[in-house]
Amino acid sequence: MEEKFLTDLKEVFEIEDREINMDDKFREYPEWSSLAYLSIIAMLDEAYDFQIEEADFKKLITVRDLYTAANKK
Amino acid sequence: MAAAVPHTIINNYEYTQYFPADQVKEVVDKVGVFERRFADEKTCSSDLCFAAAEKLLTDNQIDRSEIDVLIFVSQTPDYRMPATSILLQERLKLPQTTLAFDMNLGCSAYLYGLSTVYALMQQQGLRKALLLDGETRSKVYSPKDRRTAFIFGDAGTATLIERNERFGESYFSLNSDGSREDLIKINAGGYRNPSTAETLKEKVVDEYGNIRSEEQGYMKGGDVFNFVIREIPSDIQHILAYSGTDKDQLDYIIFHQANTFINTYLAKKLKLDTAKIPSTIEKYGNTSSVSVPLTIVSELKDKLNGDNAILLSAFGVGMTWASAVVNFNDCKISDIVEV
Repeated sequence: MEEKFLTDLKEVFEIEDREINMDDKFREYPEWSSLAYLSIIAMLDEAYDFQIEEADFKKLITVRDLYTAANKK
Repeated sequence: MAAAVPHTIINNYEYTQYFPADQVKEVVDKVGVFERRFADEKTCSSDLCFAAAEKLLTDNQIDRSEIDVLIFVSQTPDYRMPATSILLQERLKLPQTTLAFDMNLGCSAYLYGLSTVYALMQQQGLRKALLLDGETRSKVYSPKDRRTAFIFGDAGTATLIERNERFGESYFSLNSDGSREDLIKINAGGYRNPSTAETLKEKVVDEYGNIRSEEQGYMKGGDVFNFVIREIPSDIQHILAYSGTDKDQLDYIIFHQANTFINTYLAKKLKLDTAKIPSTIEKYGNTSSVSVPLTIVSELKDKLNGDNAILLSAFGVGMTWASAVVNFNDCKISDIVEV
């Protein structure tokens, strides 16, 4: 599951040159932008049927935070 | 139906006076707006609608004395008063017996207008209705705010509706949610926060250095997208079920042209046939409520012979959102006019 999530997230960020980890702070990726944010919430909805408001999203810091939120239901 | 667009074309990749070209390219690629049309200082939404209406009335040899209803849909009117629809009644030489009023709503408004016309036309006495929908959103948003600078364009459309049993039944779902008023807004310049020297002043509004005044529009793109995820797919499923329409029975699907990202998401989420979803976002941008009729005029000319079940879906400032299954029967579409 974690592996698939990392693959999904790499695709969203269009990261091809390196691996990413669960403890990464995703806002520190050079690929992070307000447009990447839209791609992430679209991915969370499509792949995990998970919707999140912007205020709640701001509380998520690491890749693991994202993963935990998406799988909490 | 007919449409008019300003002749001035804005190439978005070259719209770089306030932002570096590489940033512009990234935004433009994502939102999918490559060109838009900007009205000049003197051209109002009503002028675009007037040109579209003249084209429609002339091409179809419509007797103006038979037009009993005129609705002007816009949030960029000529004046605060009188209503622009009344000015258009005179300019278009329509009879004084015309029932005319403005409809002040955002991107979903064409569906609201169409539904209102259909409701009015249930009355036997009304013969023909003219639904004019125009916006000059280029005048609403700051070119120095990257969240809105590359999206919006200007256009006007005219739709003539008449009553006839052969047009069959159409279905509308119209929704509103004022708790989301702050997602898209112009905060000042009305009567709640009147215009002052201060509200006209340009300011840096966020950590990204975006600049606008309180009298220019803003949009919280992320929250709007969240709203779309939550409300639009379910509303479309609702109207399809209510009208007893299977998505395979639809001839065309016209989405509000918000941006390519959102429409790609919706098509994928609802598993819709993308061949049935015409798009004009690339060449006209987001023209607010005009985008639905503009896309029909631009992309479906000569394609609406016989019966055509068309799904319309739009959402925007308010927030308001609407979905409809409308039968377009032998709909005549004129060439787009440049003003």
